[in-house]
Amino acid sequence: MSVVRIEGVSKRFGNVTALEDIDVSIAEGEFVSLIGPSGCGKSTLLRIIGDLIQPTDGNVVVNGKPARKARIDRDYGIVFQDPVLYDWRTVAKNVALPLEMARWSRQKRAARVREMLELVELTGFEDHRPWQLSGGMQQRVSIARALSFDPALLLMDEPFGALDEMTRERLNMEVLRIWEQSGSTIVFVTHSIAEAVFLSTRVVVMSARPGRITSVIPIDLPQPRTASTREEPRFFELVTQVREALHLGSDLDRTAPAPETQEATA
Amino acid sequence: MTSAAPVAVQPVPRGGLGKLVGRRLVDWLPAAVVLVGGIAAWQGLVVALHVQQFLLPKPSSIATTFWNNRSELWHAGWFTFQEALGGFAIGSSLAILVALVLARWRPLSAALLPYAIAANAIPIIAFAPIANQWFAGGLTKSSKIFIAAVLCFFPVLVNTLRGLTSVRPQDLELMHSYAAGQVAIFRRVRIPTALPFIFSGLKVATVLAMIGAVVGEYFGGTQEQLGVLILDRTRIFQFPDAWAGIALACLLGIALYVAVSIAEWLALRWSPSTSA
Repeated sequence: MSVVRIEGVSKRFGNVTALEDIDVSIAEGEFVSLIGPSGCGKSTLLRIIGDLIQPTDGNVVVNGKPARKARIDRDYGIVFQDPVLYDWRTVAKNVALPLEMARWSRQKRAARVREMLELVELTGFEDHRPWQLSGGMQQRVSIARALSFDPALLLMDEPFGALDEMTRERLNMEVLRIWEQSGSTIVFVTHSIAEAVFLSTRVVVMSARPGRITSVIPIDLPQPRTASTREEPRFFELVTQVREALHLGSDLDRTAPAPETQEATA
Repeated sequence: MTSAAPVAVQPVPRGGLGKLVGRRLVDWLPAAVVLVGGIAAWQGLVVALHVQQFLLPKPSSIATTFWNNRSELWHAGWFTFQEALGGFAIGSSLAILVALVLARWRPLSAALLPYAIAANAIPIIAFAPIANQWFAGGLTKSSKIFIAAVLCFFPVLVNTLRGLTSVRPQDLELMHSYAAGQVAIFRRVRIPTALPFIFSGLKVATVLAMIGAVVGEYFGGTQEQLGVLILDRTRIFQFPDAWAGIALACLLGIALYVAVSIAEWLALRWSPSTSA
């Protein structure tokens, strides 16, 4: 059964078409990256899956139910580009936030927070405030929070976009380890080709104006991925393949007619 | 992979209020020098220039008068302080409640906020004589509590409302992803975000509460009120007595301000700007 099924989804903001006729199906346990130039609507698509934005047309099914129902049932965890931690809460209490919302008991919460901080290797930082941590550590707190209630689906919106290359590669390894341990399905938005290829089982390439899917590239690199995966010839072939797909999309972009907004203002 | 290297991590701030004050004693030294120097200069200039007592008494004679009249002053001061405190408590808590209601139902806010901002700009103290007429001719505490409460109400309302509505969109988006209701969003996001704003409103209100109480008393009251004491002593040319009353009003105002600042420090210890 597919965890996410997107059928004919379009999204217009005023007379700008952000997404046009998107169809994707994501199976359980998959790691799917959405990649594309800025303005291609990849973050919008992720938010539509999470029911944080409503599509103009089309249908989104998450865990076999409408996206809205899935959100109310707390079927997914979400990680934003900004860690979105609350300064008035300690690290432990930030991780416990979704558990509070789901009315877990105090003891159950404490046990789970301990477990999650161990998973993201932040044991000992329970009583710190978010602003006392580095950017990479903050993002790990955010991942721990998103995973704390065992969601079947993890939505990640350029979670490492603001981090330096070394931190990003280290956190990529952590995400893969967490994905293997938790067995959850991940939808991952990125603008880094190497990151998309390294992490994913499938890369969805999008183009801008209007946001469309131009190709879907299965990533057949062996599991588990390790640091040496990045050095394999097959890795470079796939990186090239994704890059070419992106360029094809941007060429289409250039020949496409100007968006209607410009006509309206002219 | 162990990546939890605590290199970029600052220590968790620890220690009580006493320790904080102790650490900052040195920071306060320049201000203390200015205070002592200012009083010394005042004393020196009044003596050197033979300034008449009705224009400006010496600090030493104000201090002597303060000490000699301490029980009378304290009695009047406490009476007035109770008025200020009552007005502050009633006005501020009503303002916070109204701000919560306005932040929850935005159309209400759109209809009423312009008037709240306008009311914030008018000299409400001008209504003090009228307030005295409304409440038993100004002979009880209630007329002063009323005027102090009205003075405190608007700055606290405007600040609180600004705080409740200046939540980062991503903070709300996270709560929406948990299907959080309005109560949870207010409790876990809006109110904590608003706290620094609420405290800056409350600090303005402490000053206004003392002004409201003392000035309200200028327009009528009984002998046991500080404002009446200041006014009467001025009329009978006992200027050091009047100045001692003014000094007490200042001290009480500062005490209220400091109390709110301590509450702020306790409530906002999580904030980077408070802990650093």
